[in-house]
Amino acid sequence: MQPGLYHILFISGALFFTGVYGFLTRRNLITMLMSIELILNSVNLNFVAFNKYVWPGKMDGLFFTLFIIAIAAAEAAVAIAIIINLYRSHKSIDVENAEDLKY
Amino acid sequence: MNLLLLIGAPLLTAIAVLTCRNKEQVKWVSLTGSFIQLGLSVALYFLFQQEKALHPGDQFLFNQEHKLFEAININLHFGVDGLGVAMIMLTSLVLVAGVLVSWNVEKMTKEFYFLLLLLALGAYGFFISLDLFILFFFLEISVIPKYLLIGIWGSGKKEYSANKLALMLMGGSALILVGILGLYFTSGHSFDIMVLALNNVPTQAQYIIFPLLFAGFGVFTALFPLHTWVPDGHSSAPTAGSMFLAGISMKLGGYGCLRVATYLLPEGAKEYANIIIVLSVIAILYGAFATMMQKDLKYINAYSSVSHVGFSLLGIGMLTQTAITGAMMQMVSHGLMTALFFAVIGMIYDRTHTRMVNEMGGLMKVMPFITTVFFLVGLCSLGLPGLSGFVAEMTVFVGSWENGDAFHRIATIAATASIVVTAVYILRAIGNTAMGPIKNEAHLQLKDATWNERLAAILLLGGILAIGIVPGWLNDLLQPAAHEIMNRLSGK
Amino acid sequence: MPGTLLIALIPLLPLAGFIIAGLFGRKYLGRSAGYLGTALMLASALLAIYTAYSYFTAPNGGEYPKIKVLDLTWLQFSDHLSINMGILLDPISVMMIVVVTLISLMVHIYSLAYLKGEERFPTYYAYLGLFTFSMLGLVLASNIFQTYIFWELVGVSSFLLIGYYYDRPSAVAACKKAFIVTRFADLGFLIGILILSNASGTLDFDTMISTLTSPETGAAQKSVAASFLGFSALTWGAALVFIGGAGKSAMFPLHIWLPDAMEGPTPVSALIHAATMVVAGVYLVARLFPVFAVCTPGVLEMVGWVGAISAIIAAIIACTQTDIKRVLAYSTMSQIGYMMFALGVSKYGGEAGLGYTASMFHLFTHAMFKALLFLGAGAVIHYVHSNDMKDMGGLRKQLPVTHLTFLIACLAIAGVPPLAGFFSKEEILLAAHHHNMAIYWIALLTSGLTAFYMFRLYFSIFWSKPYQPHGEHHHHGSVLMTGPLVLLGIGAAFAGLIPFGHFVSSDRIPLASHFDLSFSVLPVALGLLGILAAMWVYARQSDRADKIAAAMGGLYKSAYRKFYIDEVYQFVTKKILFNIVGRTAAWFDRTIVDGAVNMTGTATQKIAAGIKKIQSGKVQQYAVYFLTGMILLAVLFIYLLK
Repeated sequence: MQPGLYHILFISGALFFTGVYGFLTRRNLITMLMSIELILNSVNLNFVAFNKYVWPGKMDGLFFTLFIIAIAAAEAAVAIAIIINLYRSHKSIDVENAEDLKY
Repeated sequence: MNLLLLIGAPLLTAIAVLTCRNKEQVKWVSLTGSFIQLGLSVALYFLFQQEKALHPGDQFLFNQEHKLFEAININLHFGVDGLGVAMIMLTSLVLVAGVLVSWNVEKMTKEFYFLLLLLALGAYGFFISLDLFILFFFLEISVIPKYLLIGIWGSGKKEYSANKLALMLMGGSALILVGILGLYFTSGHSFDIMVLALNNVPTQAQYIIFPLLFAGFGVFTALFPLHTWVPDGHSSAPTAGSMFLAGISMKLGGYGCLRVATYLLPEGAKEYANIIIVLSVIAILYGAFATMMQKDLKYINAYSSVSHVGFSLLGIGMLTQTAITGAMMQMVSHGLMTALFFAVIGMIYDRTHTRMVNEMGGLMKVMPFITTVFFLVGLCSLGLPGLSGFVAEMTVFVGSWENGDAFHRIATIAATASIVVTAVYILRAIGNTAMGPIKNEAHLQLKDATWNERLAAILLLGGILAIGIVPGWLNDLLQPAAHEIMNRLSGK
Repeated sequence: MPGTLLIALIPLLPLAGFIIAGLFGRKYLGRSAGYLGTALMLASALLAIYTAYSYFTAPNGGEYPKIKVLDLTWLQFSDHLSINMGILLDPISVMMIVVVTLISLMVHIYSLAYLKGEERFPTYYAYLGLFTFSMLGLVLASNIFQTYIFWELVGVSSFLLIGYYYDRPSAVAACKKAFIVTRFADLGFLIGILILSNASGTLDFDTMISTLTSPETGAAQKSVAASFLGFSALTWGAALVFIGGAGKSAMFPLHIWLPDAMEGPTPVSALIHAATMVVAGVYLVARLFPVFAVCTPGVLEMVGWVGAISAIIAAIIACTQTDIKRVLAYSTMSQIGYMMFALGVSKYGGEAGLGYTASMFHLFTHAMFKALLFLGAGAVIHYVHSNDMKDMGGLRKQLPVTHLTFLIACLAIAGVPPLAGFFSKEEILLAAHHHNMAIYWIALLTSGLTAFYMFRLYFSIFWSKPYQPHGEHHHHGSVLMTGPLVLLGIGAAFAGLIPFGHFVSSDRIPLASHFDLSFSVLPVALGLLGILAAMWVYARQSDRADKIAAAMGGLYKSAYRKFYIDEVYQFVTKKILFNIVGRTAAWFDRTIVDGAVNMTGTATQKIAAGIKKIQSGKVQQYAVYFLTGMILLAVLFIYLLK
């Protein structure tokens, strides 16, 4: 059996919600960052799948995916920098402790 | 006469005050500046009379127009009619008196005088503007200094009062702004009063815009039930602040009600006249009765202001030429009277350190000058002939009586009834403070008025007497202005 | 006739006195302010007499003219309504300026001695000047609004003079009371003016009267059509104007201020609260008499009854009071009641207008003898330092001049011929007899009571017990005090001989005076009876008075308490107006209106405080909001808004 569009969408959907679940429940900032990566990758999967099955002649989806991978790398760098700084000031990378911006 | 002088003089004085080195300089510079403005306004009166004789048909004299934002048609358009001249004279007189009674302000003197001058600048600009946008601009200029004057130099719960006053006035401004924009978009994209008067605003639009503008300006002039900033604001403000607030600021509202709301939207005025009458009669009686219960001199005058300004609004609501003239006269008269009243209260407070009527007594023995002025201004307030209050109130009554139907008659009778209640609270205040035995032994050591206080009182009293004894000149000044409004109302 | 300027000077000279004494008196003039004021007053009085002389002797075609000497527009309301400051000369105004200036002059002279050594002596003379100016302006007014203006000014000068001893709480209370009560009446006057001016289209007295009374103009008919509560507009107007007059003239039930007004210095009581200001109400009705008589006879009848009731009530109360000035105050009220009902029973024109003439005549004679009584009482008070009858007695040896003049005045007011009061009172009774018998009997009874209480006063002061001095300072009045007494005594004795009807009548056509001896028997007999009764009770020290009082029981007590009218007013003003209306208004303002404003503020703050909790700083919470929002939007766009 050839895997069809729906199979891939199912996987990417599962991946996306796993990521969302992880982002909402984890307290560790690193884990949250990893969850974001999962979400981004689920989006990448969607792009690639839609490109292949809906507009096979085009390359837009692939390019978007490449962009997202590049941006995700940059984002990870920035995010880790922020996390390190946070750790320096708060001695913790627990997100519960980083609520100085309230009210 | 170039009307820009009237903006220039306070502006230059204000700048000069900022460059002063010490308190003495500040005081004398402001005094000189305000006397120059008084001179200018008196000169304006005579030049206006001269010019009016030459051009009897013109409504606004000393017109000048400069392009400002051509894209949205905002122009610097200045000009005055009789009402404007009267209000400018009132403003300059109150300014001089205000500067004089603040002679002993020790805290941040420079800033204090700067704000006083800024407030006067706003008032002058407001009274000479014929472009609604510019008018609104000057109206806002005069709000901010009040906030600071009360918040910094006030007494009692000053922060609360300052906030309340500024927020209520800003709320009024918001209504005014919406109203002005409504006018702009419904009648040919212009802010110019003279242009707007020519392009009649559609009647349906008038019905919507009029209440916005009237209520907006009504907040400034203490229209019931939007008056509650008055007692708190006045009682917390420093003496000069109260004088400006009651003497000038409340008049901005009255002027706006006439010049902007009633003049530009005659159909709206007719539609809502009865509501205005009901509200103003309530204000007159209710203010008077509420005054009877007050024990603080400043509260007494604040509530009585609500009552007195009611006469002005009643005159507007009556929509007859005599009544509208009376309303204008009441604005001038009340401005002078209440400014003097607050000045006297300030003088008494400076000496006795209390404003509670039941803690004073027999002050006539120790300060004959101040109590005499207090007597006179009280009598003016209760409408004694020979003082300005009588002239204004009687003009309103006679004008109101011209409407023959039962509603207007009953409203007029109810309003006249307040002269009795006014007598009660004024005599109570005077009787308890000036007359009777001296209650507090320490009061025996008090001194009478100093030269600056005397001068301030005499200037304002001069204005009151000038209107009260020979009212003809003011009447002649205001009648044509009222006549123009009547023309609009009768659709000519 | 004297020129306009000279006539205008009559009111302006006292005004000058007021301005000079008021501005410079305290610092620079001192005692000379009094002499200055007196000198100006003397000039004014001479001018007034000269004016009167030339007015009444000038040739006229059998009818005294109304001359408008001056008519300046003061305030132009609209095309036809304007307040004019004018001088109108007609018989009553000319008569009044003579009365006002003369009595004022007497009081000016008398006060030089009476108030000697007072700290505020110049102020006193300034006030006197202001009062005299205002009163003259009132009587000379050619415009009803001018009358109102001066009406208020006499009110305020009365206020100032009653409160002259401002450090006495009782004086402060009295002056406030006087001002507020008359102010309440003035409200009626003001509304009355508005109605009358609206009906006639003018504020000018002359034009108003002619428009309203002439049937052609139809002004009266038109306003009859406009009715309110079943009465025509004109009736309301006239009645309200009368209320104004009743307040100033201390008519029942607006009389409560007058007895208290005796807190002022006694010469002031003589001038303002006996001879001049309090008769302003009578003068006002007389001024508008044609309107009352022709257009609103019903109101005129009311005037008559109010006058009669005031006369009898005041006379009864006067019999019980012990403060000599209060007795005189009630006596004043009673006599003004006489003048009022004389107007009330009069008709317009000819013989039927006898009541009008009689009223003005009584006003004239009353001014003389009542001023004399007050000045005499002042001399007594000056001597014994007390207002109370109980502290007096046997003073005829100590104060011979006062005694004699006081006796003349008492005889005059009691209506003993041939003194002044007799003639005027006879005319009033005659007029009442012709037109209203009920009022006639009330008047007759009052006349007997008047004789009784006046001689009760006389005997208590000058006879009764022998005089026992207590207290150190006893001032025999100087010639400055006795002079006016003697002059007024001459007036009180002989003023009645003036053929008054010849000068003053309702239609300004001279009226023959007529005296019917047989008619006079009853009133004079009653008067003598009153005197004898007073003599029997009070001439010697005895307990007869107390016995009678005890026998009268409740009547005496309620009369002594002035029929509890003050208490009723107290209840209405204090309990109802102050406590209920005033307190409610103040409370309503602070809690409801201001509460609404504050609530807007508080509500905004509360809502903000609630909303700000969303901004928790927890990133994951934000993500939940974001996700929920996205899902909701997705649902919205995909399923609901297809």
